[in-house]
Amino acid sequence: MTSPLLSAKSLSRYYGPQLAVNQLDFEVYKGEVLGFLGPNGAGKSTSMKMLSGNLAPSQGEISINGYDLLSQPKQAKAHIGYLPEQPPLYKELSVIEFLSFCARINSIPSANRRKAVNTAIERCGLGDVSKRLISHLSKGYQQRVGIAQAIIHTPAVIILDEPTSGLDPIQIREIRQLIKDIAREHSVILSTHILPEVQMLCDRVKIINQGSLVFNDSTEVLQQHMQSSSLILTLESPPTIERLNQIHGVTAVTALSNTRFNIQYQPQYNPTPSILESAVSEQWQLTALSPEQHSLEDVFMNIIQQEPSEHIGQAH
Amino acid sequence: MLTLARHEFYRLFISPLAWLILALSLLILAYLFLGHIDYFMQIQGKISAIPGAPGVTELIALPLFSNTATILLLLAPLITMRLIAEEHRNGSLPLLLSAPLSASQIVLGKYLGTLSFFVILLLLVAIMPLSLSVGTALDYTAIASGLFGLFLLAASFTAIGLFLSSLTKQPTIAAISTFSALFLLWIIDWAGNVQQESVLSWLSLLSHFQPILQGDIHSKDIAYYLIIILFFLALTVHRLNAQRFN
Repeated sequence: MTSPLLSAKSLSRYYGPQLAVNQLDFEVYKGEVLGFLGPNGAGKSTSMKMLSGNLAPSQGEISINGYDLLSQPKQAKAHIGYLPEQPPLYKELSVIEFLSFCARINSIPSANRRKAVNTAIERCGLGDVSKRLISHLSKGYQQRVGIAQAIIHTPAVIILDEPTSGLDPIQIREIRQLIKDIAREHSVILSTHILPEVQMLCDRVKIINQGSLVFNDSTEVLQQHMQSSSLILTLESPPTIERLNQIHGVTAVTALSNTRFNIQYQPQYNPTPSILESAVSEQWQLTALSPEQHSLEDVFMNIIQQEPSEHIGQAH
Repeated sequence: MLTLARHEFYRLFISPLAWLILALSLLILAYLFLGHIDYFMQIQGKISAIPGAPGVTELIALPLFSNTATILLLLAPLITMRLIAEEHRNGSLPLLLSAPLSASQIVLGKYLGTLSFFVILLLLVAIMPLSLSVGTALDYTAIASGLFGLFLLAASFTAIGLFLSSLTKQPTIAAISTFSALFLLWIIDWAGNVQQESVLSWLSLLSHFQPILQGDIHSKDIAYYLIIILFFLALTVHRLNAQRFN
């Protein structure tokens, strides 16, 4: 495997005596989107601030594209684009003025500056508003300017801290599309507490709770957690519940209504084929059969809630 | 660094604040300037006979510069208050902090950008006494020396204001504390015996300004201002760096 573009080792951060981030490891490879999930106050923003060089870690090291963020901050920072929770904008400037300034402070040579600004404007769909003052733009557009600012110097890694918070559903969809586009050329770290966003955008997921990592795997694995061993069945002329219970593998049947049933089964015996067979032969008039999915929220709550109970033994 | 200076300067001038401050301070100074001219006209007849009597420069330009110093004392906090405090409040500081810039570049950029505003103000003020050259001979060395003194004064006000602005998120608090600090440094030697060379009079911004205004440029006075400027700029850099650890 190639070496990661961004890697952080045993990152910890104290605020006074309070531990905000505990021994976090991070690695982002080329061209992937890493989702960083957690409830509010879990330490997401603190981690993002540390990765972007805005906050010094109490312990641990961060290296970006081979440069150590603490000992070679200038070189390392040239390879990251950062959008904090609150987009860092000078609202009295116009979009073009602001982005030209960003291009300058990121030391883009003057020959390429105009091109870099235009590319960022185009990629973030800011063409129509480029001459307007940032303070006159809607929140969605301001967020886009924030993203444009993060990608203007084509950094290797882009860190986005809750980029869709506080936007309306249409804006959220647009920003997500924008993130997808950006992810084709850059590696992205995306922090969020909105779960579908992770499903939609991310290749890998890290879940953090109370400063510690509780889940670290691909999005597929997270989705496997969502699968459960139960079916939802709709039958127009259903048999008795006892009859359904007799099907091989079924462990419990609950009637959700007169025609809908929840069927739980042993994971190793999926009863779907036998249900189908019986439904045809006994004329139950099957209209729907679907595996029940745990919502991502359930999985998330499970993962988060497991963790503290494991730690109680160690703490005392 | 120069990018930041330019940016800071530009942002200052797209806000009405800078224009308003320039206009109003010039209005007040012009009024005082006319007052000084009036006074000079009145006593001109009486002093013309005395050999070695003060001339136009001493009676008009230097009092005007002295007034300008007082105006600077009042203005500097208003201009410097937003420098870092406002960036904190608007959350725009991360933009600078995550860009490949060192803390000293950020601080110096902001400092130079703001100082250029004061340079413009001083140049505009200088036009008033220089306009008298149409009608009379002026002591250009004295005027240059006075302007140099004002420049040093403005440079140290800006450094102090910049530092105090880095301590808070509230521009108003930065303004009030800057004003108090400047005023205290202004009057600090009033408490002691003014005649005596004491630590207090050494600390006073005013006691180092008066000789320069009189055309008496000593390296110890210049050194004093340089020390003040460097000390507060260094404190600001330190403060910005330390914030990453808080």
